Amino acid sequence: MTIRFVLNGNAVQIEAPADRRVVDLLREDLGLTGTKEGCGGGECGACTILIDGESRLSCLMLAAQLEGRAVTTIEGMTRDGVLHPVQEAFVRCGAVQCGFCTPGMILSASALLKQRPDAGRLEIRAGLSGNLCRCTGYAKIVDAVEEAAAELRGKKPE
Amino acid sequence: MREVHLPRTPEELWPILDGEPEVAVYAGGTDLIVRMGTGRPDPPSLVCLERMESWRGVRDESGALWLGACTTFSELLRSGDVCGRLPLLAAAVATLGSPQVRNMGTLGGNLCTASPAGDSLPPLYVMDAAVELQSSRGTRRMPIREFITGPGRTQLQRGEVLTGVRVGIPQGFQVHRFEKVGQRKALACAIASMAALLKLSGDGAVSEGRIAWGSVGPTVVVSAEVEGFLRGRKVTPATVEEAAALAERAVAPIDDVRGSAAYRRQVAGNLLRKLLYETL
Repeated sequence: MTIRFVLNGNAVQIEAPADRRVVDLLREDLGLTGTKEGCGGGECGACTILIDGESRLSCLMLAAQLEGRAVTTIEGMTRDGVLHPVQEAFVRCGAVQCGFCTPGMILSASALLKQRPDAGRLEIRAGLSGNLCRCTGYAKIVDAVEEAAAELRGKKPE
Repeated sequence: MREVHLPRTPEELWPILDGEPEVAVYAGGTDLIVRMGTGRPDPPSLVCLERMESWRGVRDESGALWLGACTTFSELLRSGDVCGRLPLLAAAVATLGSPQVRNMGTLGGNLCTASPAGDSLPPLYVMDAAVELQSSRGTRRMPIREFITGPGRTQLQRGEVLTGVRVGIPQGFQVHRFEKVGQRKALACAIASMAALLKLSGDGAVSEGRIAWGSVGPTVVVSAEVEGFLRGRKVTPATVEEAAALAERAVAPIDDVRGSAAYRRQVAGNLLRKLLYETL
């Protein structure tokens, strides 16, 4: 079927089986391998993407559901080679070890900070509770999101 | 390839349901798509209800709230009416899955999946919610306690969908409590859960208690015996023990990967003990 949606800011029209999982569509058909598949069952958050700005699991969405939506993957977080403040903070804080959970973490964190720019550590932990990391122990990830939150707040005109 | 229908109105939905009797219905996909990944079920076509705007949102219906079946858990938690007037449901929904699962999963999906561990179910049982079912043939309503008939089983007939849930706003209950025991805080199925509403009189007695347990039986467990025992009874260590013993006899848990039947039985009793002791 023909599916029209906005992918990382660009309007696209693709041909895909209606029941293709979105994670497969992104990785296999569109070559956007930043989105990872961990468990394939909605329990790890590695495949998190944003749909109209809200975090969703691309392993549990079918291609037909993308019609008319705005999709953001990790590839869309960088603008003209400049990292998003959440990405910058992950680099600075050493919040990345193996990196497999990082795309999902960054998308969940950016969705959280958009909704709750003043999120403290507890809210950050709750906001990231759908993303598993098996390396870092989470402390540096929470540090990074806390730093990014402060930076994003500072940039906003009061 | 399976066709995936994305209807926006009931008029678009009925011909699909009537014309394709084997079509599988989903809204958020957080149950059905997971199970399809294991090969069963393997439906010939799918219909996704995420764009059925008329079955979405929260409406005030004089003394009750109507909750659209296609409303996501995140939308329920953003509703001032749900958080302010149905705090028991809000507390349960806040523990469900993860942020992403709550952004996708819907109230109607949780009910139709009819898992005894469904987090929204115990609060809806204690508040005596009624479900609204529609098909091309018309609308029918029934109490949630009749709608869910077993693990994964409901009264939904072929061609029929759950469109909304009507929940009376509890009046005069001072205690609204949801407890969930799982292996971790997020992304955990309940090993045992309990939803409770308590009315307390000035002398430390329970004038009315409405209690339901999740994950400790084939469906949510309610106990007329426990509720009857508590009515008018002063909360003392002896009455707490007696009520908890009745609760432990009322539940019918099984052993599974998350916990043993014996553990679940004990937790069901302990959740009631904790609730009652905290009223002192």
